[in-house]
Amino acid sequence: MNLVLLSLLSLGGMGLLFGALLAFASKKFSVETDPRIEDIRNVLPGANCGACGYPGCDGFAAAVAAGVAPVDGCTVGGAAVAKEVGSIMGIEVAAKEKLLARVLCQGDCEAAKDKYEYKGVRDCVAASMLADGPKGCRYGCLGLGTCVRACPFDAIYISDKGLAVVDWDKCTGCGKCVQACPKGLIELIPESSLVQVLCISKDPGKEVRDNCKVGCIGCRQCVRACRFDAIEFADNLARIDYSKCVNCMLCAEKCPTGTIYADFAKRKVAVIDEEKCIGCTACKRACKFDAIEGAVREKHRVLQDKCTGCEQCVKKCPVDAIHME
Amino acid sequence: MEYIGKIFLILLSSILINNFVMSRFLGICPFLGVSRRVETAVGMGAAVTFVMAMTSLITYIIQYGILEPLNIQYLQTIVFILVIACLVQFVEMVIQKSSPTLYKALGVYLPLITTNCAVLGVAIINIDEKYDLIQTLFNGIGAALGFTLAIVLFAGIRERLELSDIPKPLKGFPIALITAGLMSVAFLGFQGLIK
Repeated sequence: MNLVLLSLLSLGGMGLLFGALLAFASKKFSVETDPRIEDIRNVLPGANCGACGYPGCDGFAAAVAAGVAPVDGCTVGGAAVAKEVGSIMGIEVAAKEKLLARVLCQGDCEAAKDKYEYKGVRDCVAASMLADGPKGCRYGCLGLGTCVRACPFDAIYISDKGLAVVDWDKCTGCGKCVQACPKGLIELIPESSLVQVLCISKDPGKEVRDNCKVGCIGCRQCVRACRFDAIEFADNLARIDYSKCVNCMLCAEKCPTGTIYADFAKRKVAVIDEEKCIGCTACKRACKFDAIEGAVREKHRVLQDKCTGCEQCVKKCPVDAIHME
Repeated sequence: MEYIGKIFLILLSSILINNFVMSRFLGICPFLGVSRRVETAVGMGAAVTFVMAMTSLITYIIQYGILEPLNIQYLQTIVFILVIACLVQFVEMVIQKSSPTLYKALGVYLPLITTNCAVLGVAIINIDEKYDLIQTLFNGIGAALGFTLAIVLFAGIRERLELSDIPKPLKGFPIALITAGLMSVAFLGFQGLIK
């Protein structure tokens, strides 16, 4: 009993003494830190993924408070976090569009040929060291899951046909998979984009055809079809300029190999509110598909079968009489 | 005269022959973690030197002033760790105030001095060897100087390694570990210094 009491007293006494000394020292040697750092740190997601380019959320918070990093630098938190960080820093944040990762290949086990049977380490980097991987097409997705393991948000899976697929509900656009993919197949695309070229092969058309049923053969039909000059063509490959694309999906309709993907389920058509329409013909002139009819000072009408949902008329209407459905 | 000779021997042996990093393999964590640049290595060495010397002194006083008279030696480990933790906190405050750059460079390894086994090691070795107060102080300083010597030498080598053409699989930590092993073998040569 005596021993226990002695131990408790002496250890407790020492603890108290040291604690008091430290408390005194902390007053004497206190350093003023920016209180905003902690505030910012608290609104960040805390995944420490490093997508902002700083070592973890603490590093980013310190950089924002120092005015080095942009307030909307956290791609994972997106607009909501940017707004909160902005309010701490006293800066208005313009809404920035969220980016999502997209695997630019649809050459699965049915559509694409293999050139050999790979039995090595189940990793894309390892496989791509062996004659550019087992796929016939040297640009194609190997489906061994290097991106799946790189994803901190569990947003990528390998489909049963052997292709990497991004789950857009979970994707935060942090870009970890973009760096991990040895083929450079994953790209960050704006969330609003509904049309993508799902091929990065720069091989000539015949070679692509031999290896894969769904690859870009460089026929340029999409380039001719696009009325907004949004498709660039270089190295036997079509690329969409997302800043110009208006999601009219005409290129996807024209593509003979089905390489261009479009989310047709989300396609809308324009509808004119006849009560508001003043018959100015501004929409008729803006429409590049001749989908609007009507004379001056008369109510206009949208031809549903011709409308592609490019939304150009909505932007031009001076009285906001057009909306998308 | 004999006493001074013994103190000199303790100092020499703790710096070179029983070097904490190279022979006793204590304090490997900061040795590998903070040895990228000579500058930070010197800073770490200085911090550890202060902590080790103070720890040796305070633990000696506590051991013979409190623990032994009260016959509660079994509390040795926890009390010594308490002392070390407080000292490290104190050093951290001082460095943060006086040199923010050094504070940033040392990073997480500064609070980790608390769990640096070399510091607890020197305190316990002092007691086990039954050194008196002056011998204890010199053993602590010697051990810390030995640690500083090892980490600064190692940092110098690693700075040069950065510039050399190293095979890809060995780049970074693998070559650092091999270097540390070779340095340890070299320090083995001091074993014959005292008969």
